[in-house]
Amino acid sequence: MKEITGISEIVKSENLAYKKSGILTEDIMHYCPGCGHSTAHRILAEIIEEEGIQHDTIGVSPVGCSVFLYNYLDIDWQEAAHGRAPAVATGIKRLLPDKFVFTYQGDGDLAAIGTAETIHSCNRGENILIIFVNNGIYGMTGGQMAPTTLPGMKSSTSPYGRDVKTMGNPLKMTDIVATLPGTYYVTRQSVHTPANVRKAKKALRKAVHYQKLNKGTCFVEIVSNCPSGWKMTPVQSNKWMEENMFPFYPLGDLKIPEAQPVQQTKSE
Amino acid sequence: MKGNEAIAEAAIRAGADGYFGYPITPQSEILEYLMEANPYEKTGMVVLQAESEIAAINMVYGGAGCGKKVMTSSSSPGISLKQEGITYIAGAELPCLIVNVVRGGPGLGTIQPAQSDYFQAVKGGGHGDYHLIVLAPSSVQEMADFVGLAFDLAFKYRNPAMILSDGAIGQMMEKVWLGPQQERSKTVPEWATTGKPETRQRNIITSLELDPNRQEIFNLKLVAKYNEIREKEVRFEEFQCEDAEYMLVAYGTSARVCQKAVELAREQGIKVGLLRPITLFPYPSKQINKLAGRVRLFLTVEMSAGQMVEDVRLAVNGKVPVHYYGRMGGMIPTPDEVVDNLKKIITGS
Repeated sequence: MKEITGISEIVKSENLAYKKSGILTEDIMHYCPGCGHSTAHRILAEIIEEEGIQHDTIGVSPVGCSVFLYNYLDIDWQEAAHGRAPAVATGIKRLLPDKFVFTYQGDGDLAAIGTAETIHSCNRGENILIIFVNNGIYGMTGGQMAPTTLPGMKSSTSPYGRDVKTMGNPLKMTDIVATLPGTYYVTRQSVHTPANVRKAKKALRKAVHYQKLNKGTCFVEIVSNCPSGWKMTPVQSNKWMEENMFPFYPLGDLKIPEAQPVQQTKSE
Repeated sequence: MKGNEAIAEAAIRAGADGYFGYPITPQSEILEYLMEANPYEKTGMVVLQAESEIAAINMVYGGAGCGKKVMTSSSSPGISLKQEGITYIAGAELPCLIVNVVRGGPGLGTIQPAQSDYFQAVKGGGHGDYHLIVLAPSSVQEMADFVGLAFDLAFKYRNPAMILSDGAIGQMMEKVWLGPQQERSKTVPEWATTGKPETRQRNIITSLELDPNRQEIFNLKLVAKYNEIREKEVRFEEFQCEDAEYMLVAYGTSARVCQKAVELAREQGIKVGLLRPITLFPYPSKQINKLAGRVRLFLTVEMSAGQMVEDVRLAVNGKVPVHYYGRMGGMIPTPDEVVDNLKKIITGS
């Protein structure tokens, strides 16, 4: 392979191994350096482009750090009230059953204020995809304790660490929804290394494909970091995530369609 | 048929695309009727029982954002829960229909009829500067008729509309004429989220704007819309107002009571008229102000501690005295009570 020198050489199409998805807009993302949201957005945009479903996709953006998600992906969007995205998505999908409808929600949105909407939309088996980005903290409002904050973890509203005796235990929403008959595919991923990005993208693509079957809710958790909220550098935050978040929120599939008949036989 | 059933059947016939509800007395018949009628088979209308009033109104948000004709219904405590969604719907300028079959409060209150949600319906209810278009039926026929009217106004102005009824009209049985079945609309509004084709920009349904300059411009746009509604959509009914010296003002169930009171009073030689607002927002303020120039006093009758009377006072603007008589807690005033109160006011006792 010939040596490439200078930007003019790099941007030549034959030298490009990677490009910005056409679904991503020109808006500059507002995320902190090292935050996982932008990577999650990017793979979502790539899948929508690669699957050719832009004209069939309606996204529901949440309240939280990703509240401006609708500025970054060139698709139709509805901005939901805090926690209500699965109910909004239910309304959209019931009236436009042939469309691909997804929500993108953080942990405060999905696992605290929106617990009822999350559980009941999954329990009804709404044919939507829920993308759940879990970084164990309220990032947008300045680093308060979230339902998913780990025991002992410090935040601005648990400055001495989360005391589970008075503040409750972290909620494993993904594990809960995996037990519901209405969910079809439930998985937990991360986007902090190239290998994990590839796995997460594969999982999201599966979810998009499963969605077309109209066999129930697909639920993809992405365990992510919050360098600003955790008061760490991006590198430190990723290491801390591996050492602390992953043991509590282990990566991998929690429910895969192929395994479901076996599970059902057991429970019966 | 019952008032609640009339709403449900009228919704199907108006070509509604979806209904999302949650049971609460005294309006559960709406959801029950729709479930039994199963309109999905006939017209494709979606009917879904949500896990809460909050979820139901947010399902309405989602459906309305797709440009569909969608609705929900509830009663007072449930409407309080819906207020978050209602203000988001107003902020995102989405058309929809919300039915409130009012019961007495505050709190869990009673399941008996009341008109104590006037403030909540007319003055906002949720946060922020917004208005609903509010229609107040006083018969089962109007329960049916106002469904289509509410949808038409909601879509005309891209604004949520509310039918403010009460437990009496919801539960009352009367003869009702229902219009023919209308086709569900195939028109897709240009702002609806239906998936972005290459031929247009992406549509975003939102009420968020962090730039204060742009938010104020949006607020001014809403104000202009509300002013246009005030200008064009006022509806009211006058009963024996031509020669009236004394004017009753009442809506909904209270207006029916007052119509009888007018007859009783006139039998006793007291020249009374009744102004019945049909739209509570926009309010018939101009008409009331006009009447204030030729009557001696106003008596507002309502099943609340005195809510609508504030708007009557604002409209009368000090020209003549404005009095209030009301019952609460699920009690309905009788025509005799109204006449007795009017006589006391006239004689000054």
